[in-house]
Amino acid sequence: MFGKLTLSAFPLDQPIIMGTIAVLIIGIAGVLGLITVLRRWKWLWVEWITTVDHKRVGIMYILLALVMLLRGFSDAIMMRMQLALAHGGHPGFLPPEHYDQVFSAHGTIMIFFVAMPFVVGLMNFAVPLQIGARDVAFPVMNSLSFWLTAAGALLPNIALGVGEFARTGWLVYPPLSELPYSPGVGVDYYLVALQISGIGTLLSGINLVTTILKCRAPGMTLMMMPVFTWCALAANMMIVAAFPILTGTFAMLMLDRYLGMHFFTNDAGGAPMMFLNLIWSWGHPEVYILVLPCFGVFSEVISTFSGKPLFGYRSMVVATMVITLLAFVTWLHHFFTMGSGADVNAFFGIATMIIAIPTGVKVFNWLFTMYGGQIRFETPVLWTIGFMITFVIGGMTGVLMAVPPNDFLLHNSLFLIAHFHNVIIGAVIFGSFAGLNYWWPKAFGFTLHSGLGKAIFWCWFVGFWLAFMPLYILGFLGMTRRMNHTDNPLWVPYLVAAAIGACIIMTGILLQFVQIAVSIRQRRYHRDMTGDPWGGRTLEWSVPSPAPSYNFARIPQVTGLDAWWTQKAAGRTVTPPAFEAIETPRNSPIGFITAFFAVVGGFGVIWHIWWLAVPAVIAALAALVTSSWRPRGELILSADTVARTERSLRPRSA
Amino acid sequence: MAFPSTAQQACSPSGPPSPKRMSPRVPFRLSGAAALLALGGCREGVLAPRGPVGSAEVQLLYETAAAMLIVVVPVLALTLIYAWWFRASNTRAVRRPNWDYSGRIEFSIWVIPILVILFLGTLTWTGAHDLDPYRPLRSARRPVTVQVVSLDWKWLFIYPELGIASVNELALPSGTPVNFQLTSGTVMNSFFIPQLGGQIYTMAGMQTRLSLAADKPGTYDGLSAQFSGDGFSDMHFKVLASDQAGFDRWVAQARQAPMTLDTTAYAALALARGTTAVIHYRSVAPDLFRTILAEGAEHPAPQPPGATPTVPPPMPMSPM
Amino acid sequence: MTTLDASRLPFADPPHDRAADRLGATGFGFYVYLLSDAILFASLFAAFAVLHRATAGGPTGPEVFKLPGVLLETACLLVSSFTCGLAMIAANAGRKLALTGFLAITFALGAAFLGLEVSEFTRMIAEGAGPDRSAFLSGFFTLVGAHGLHITVGLAWILILFGQLWRDGFGPGFSRRIFCFSLFWHVLDVVWIAIFTFVYLIGSQP
Repeated sequence: MFGKLTLSAFPLDQPIIMGTIAVLIIGIAGVLGLITVLRRWKWLWVEWITTVDHKRVGIMYILLALVMLLRGFSDAIMMRMQLALAHGGHPGFLPPEHYDQVFSAHGTIMIFFVAMPFVVGLMNFAVPLQIGARDVAFPVMNSLSFWLTAAGALLPNIALGVGEFARTGWLVYPPLSELPYSPGVGVDYYLVALQISGIGTLLSGINLVTTILKCRAPGMTLMMMPVFTWCALAANMMIVAAFPILTGTFAMLMLDRYLGMHFFTNDAGGAPMMFLNLIWSWGHPEVYILVLPCFGVFSEVISTFSGKPLFGYRSMVVATMVITLLAFVTWLHHFFTMGSGADVNAFFGIATMIIAIPTGVKVFNWLFTMYGGQIRFETPVLWTIGFMITFVIGGMTGVLMAVPPNDFLLHNSLFLIAHFHNVIIGAVIFGSFAGLNYWWPKAFGFTLHSGLGKAIFWCWFVGFWLAFMPLYILGFLGMTRRMNHTDNPLWVPYLVAAAIGACIIMTGILLQFVQIAVSIRQRRYHRDMTGDPWGGRTLEWSVPSPAPSYNFARIPQVTGLDAWWTQKAAGRTVTPPAFEAIETPRNSPIGFITAFFAVVGGFGVIWHIWWLAVPAVIAALAALVTSSWRPRGELILSADTVARTERSLRPRSA
Repeated sequence: MAFPSTAQQACSPSGPPSPKRMSPRVPFRLSGAAALLALGGCREGVLAPRGPVGSAEVQLLYETAAAMLIVVVPVLALTLIYAWWFRASNTRAVRRPNWDYSGRIEFSIWVIPILVILFLGTLTWTGAHDLDPYRPLRSARRPVTVQVVSLDWKWLFIYPELGIASVNELALPSGTPVNFQLTSGTVMNSFFIPQLGGQIYTMAGMQTRLSLAADKPGTYDGLSAQFSGDGFSDMHFKVLASDQAGFDRWVAQARQAPMTLDTTAYAALALARGTTAVIHYRSVAPDLFRTILAEGAEHPAPQPPGATPTVPPPMPMSPM
Repeated sequence: MTTLDASRLPFADPPHDRAADRLGATGFGFYVYLLSDAILFASLFAAFAVLHRATAGGPTGPEVFKLPGVLLETACLLVSSFTCGLAMIAANAGRKLALTGFLAITFALGAAFLGLEVSEFTRMIAEGAGPDRSAFLSGFFTLVGAHGLHITVGLAWILILFGQLWRDGFGPGFSRRIFCFSLFWHVLDVVWIAIFTFVYLIGSQP
C-alpha cells in the first residue's frame, strides 16, 4: 500500500531529529496561523504564489535561498561541532549514519537550493530591468521554474522526518550510490529532488537567454548591455548546455536503482567512472554558472560606487565569454587521481589554468575601476573588496590544485574543502549579499540598514577566514574530507578554530535576518524617493523604487553603455512626456499546481508508492497542457493607471 | 631497526625527524611556504615528505605557489591601497571619473596572467609526466610488488612475490621502490600515504598502479582519501618502513601467522563490514588479486589473451 | 565613455507589434530548448558509446538487432517528417483541410513507428536481452527509449494541436504552436538518423 514506507521510516527514536521536526512544524504552523489571522491568504495567492512578475519571482527565489541557507548552515555547524568534539576516542554526537547524511545534505542544499536560487533570483530580478524590458520572455514559465525549484528544495527537508537523505556525499558517486551499497531511500530523495529542481533551472536558463537576446530595449546592442547582463547571458547559456547532462546522468542512475540497469554498477559491465565524467561535465560549468553572475554584481557595484564607468568593458565581455567556453573542458581535474595517464591529466590541468587568465583580467579590471574613482564604502562595496581579497587567494589555491601532482597530494583533503569554500563563499555568497544590498531598494523602495549590513559583512569575512584557513593547514597535515571522527591530536586545535569561525559566520547569518527586520520596521526612514539611491548607471535606476509591475512606463531608447548615467549626464528627465497603456501578463497558478503535483509524485517515486506517483505525475503534466490550452488575454493597464502609479512612487519628481 | 609487530606505535615517525633534508631542493622555500609551515613542526602530512615521490611533488607545490604569489601579492596590495586611497573622503586623491580605457594597461593585464600561466603550464606538463603515478621509480634495487585491495572498511595488502598478505598494515623495505597494483573489492576508495607521495583511486574491476618509496625507516600513516560509507573514518593503516633486515624479520613473522588467505577466507574478510585489527596471512592463494579484479567486473569484456585485463581506459578521450 | 546622441529621445517610440515580438521570442526560445534537448541526447549517446562493448557475456548488438524492422521504423519516421513539412506549408497557406490531413498522416506514421519500437523492445526483453542484462543493453534501451518517449510526447502534442485548431482555428497563436511542433518533430528525425547509424548500422557489425 505505501511502497517502502513503513512506520520505521519515521525517526521516532532520535530525539535530536524529532526536536528539530517539532520546531519546524511549530514554525510552519505559526506562519500559516499568522497568515490566517491577518487574513493574508488571498493576498498571498494573488500577489505572490500566482504572480508572473519577474521581480516577485526573483524575490521569492532569494527568499527560498535565505531560508535554505538556515538549513544548509545548520548542517555545517553540526559538522564543525562534531569534528571539534570527536577526537581521541570520543565519538562526538553524530554517529556516521547520521553524519554522512548531514554532509551530503549540506553540499546538496548549499549548491542547489542556496547558491542557485540566490543567483537565479538576482538575475531574474535585475536582468529585465537592466535591458529595458517589461518582463522576461516567458513569464508563466518563469513562475513554473521557481516553483519547481521550491518543490525540489522541499524534498530533502521532508527526508529529515520521513526516511533518510543520501549518505553518499553531495554528488552521489556510484557504486556507493547504487542499490547494493545504498539500499535506503536517501539517494532516491536526492535524485528526485534534483531532477525536479533541475528542470526548473533549465527552463529558467532558456527563459533568460531568450529574454536577453530577444527582449532588449530599442537601441541596446549587445555591446551596450550592462556587464551583469552579459554575465547572466553567459551563465544561462551554460545552464542550457550543462543542465541536460545533469538530467541525463541522474536519469541513468535512477534507471540503475529502479529498473536494475547497469550504467554505473560494479557488475554487468557498468562504468562507475563514467558517472564521474558525466557529472563533472555538468559540475564544473555549474561553478561558473554560480560565479559569473556574481562577477557581474561586483562589476556593477564597483563601478557605481566608484562613480566611474567600468574599466575595460570589452575585456570584461571577452573574459566572460572565454570562461564560458573553457568551463566545459576542465571537468577531469576533479579526478586526476583516477589514473587517466599523464597526457590526459596535463591537458585538463593546463585547460583549467587557462581559465585563470580571463579571471585574472577581471580582477585587474575591477582594480583599475577603483583607480581614479571616488569610492563610497556602502555595504555592497565592502562585500566587493572582501571578495577581491578572498577570491584571489581561492583562485590561487585552485590553480595550485590544477597541477596534477599537487592534486595527488591534496585531492579530497581539507585543503580542497577550504579551496572551494574560498571561491564559493568568497565569490557567490559575497556576491549574492552585495547584490541583495544593492538591489533591495529597487525591489522594496527602501534601503537596507547600513550599519547592520556592514556588521554582517565583517562577521562573514572574519568568520570565513577563521573557519577555513585552518582547513588549508589540515589539508597539508593529511586530513581528508568527510571524516566523522579523528585520532590525531595535532589536528584538534585547527578543528576547534574552524568551529569558532563557523560560529562567527552564524552570527552574520542571524544578523542578516535582523537587518531585514530592522530595515522593514524603519522603512519610512530608509525610503528611497528618487529611484536612484546609489547614483546608478544602468536602466534599473531610471524607474521608481519599488519598480512598478510593468517596470518602464515608457520603454527607454538606448544610445550607449551606462544608459541611465548618460541620460542623467545629458540632463534628461525621468518622466516621459506622455504615458501609454501597457499590456502585462496575467497571473497564473500553473507553476504552483505543477510543482505541487511534482512534490506528491516525487514522494511516491521515492517510496515506490506507484498508485500515488503515477496519477500525480499525470496531473502535473495535465496542468502544463492546460496552461497552453487556455486562451489567456493579457491585462491592459490604462495610461491613467500608469500615470497614477508613477506619481505615487515618485511623488517629488516632475 | 626493529619493527613493531602491531600498529600501536604513536603516529609520529619513529625515524629521526629531518625537516632539513628537503631544504636544499626547495628553491622558493621562503615564499609563502614559510608562513604555512609554522604548523605541525613539519613532522606530519604532505609537507613532510619521506620519499622521493612526495619530495618531488612538494617541491612542485612550492614552485607553483611561488610563481602565483608573484602576481597575487601585488594584486592584494593594490586592492587595499586603491580602495583606501580613492575613498570618497580623501581630498588629495586625483579623480578621473571618465577614465575607463588604457590600451597599455589592457595589454598588460592580459599579458601578465598569460605569462604566468605559460610558466605554470610548462611546469604542469613536465610535472604530470615526471610524476605520473604509473611511471616506475628508477633504482638500483629490485622493486617490491604489493597488490592493494580496498574493502569495507579496511585495506588488504598482498605480497605476490612473497606469497603472504596482511590487513591494515603495510610493511616496506626503505630505499626500495614499491610497485603498487590496486583495485577495490567494494566501492571506490583512494589509496593515500601522505608522507610518501600522491594518492590513486582503487576501483572495482579495474587496476590502477602507483610507485612509491620510503627514503628512511619509519612509521607513516596511510588512509583512504575517498569517502566510501559509514566506516570510512577508521579506514586507515600503518606503513612500516624499515631496512632490509627489518623487513625480512616482518616477513618471517608473517609466515608464522596462523591464517591463510584463500578465496573463502577472502570472501569472509570482504563481507565482514567494519574495520579490523591487523591480520597477517602466512600464505595467499595464487592469482587471488586477478580473481578479485575479475569478480569486480563480474563478466569482464572479452580481451585479447595476455593483455592486462582492466587498466582503466582514459575514458573522456575515448570515442565510440 | 560613450557620447550621447542628443537628437535621440530617451524613450523609444510607442510600442511595436507585441504579438510579432512574442512569436519571435517563442520561436527563439524553442530553438534554445531544442539545443538543450540535443545535449541530453548527446549524453545518452556518450554513455552508449562508452558501454557498447560492455555486454557482460550477454547478447551483443548483431545478435539482437533485426535490421529490417528498424529500416521500416526509419521509413515511417522519415516520411512523417515529410508530411509534417507539408502540414506546415498547408498551415502557412491557410488550408485547414490539408493541414488536418497531413497532421493526421504524421500522427499515424509516428504511432506506427512507436508500435514497431515497442514490439522490438518486447521481443528483446522476451529473448532475455532486457535493459538489466548488461550495461550495453542499459545504454541501448535508454537511448532508444528516450527517443521513443519524445515521439510519444510529439503524438500527444499533435492531438492537442487538433483540439486547438478545432476550437480556435488559425491565428497567430496556432502558427506559433505548429511552428514549434514541426521543429520538434524534425529534430527527433535527426536524432533518429543518428541512432539508426551509430546504434543499429554500426552496432550490427560483428
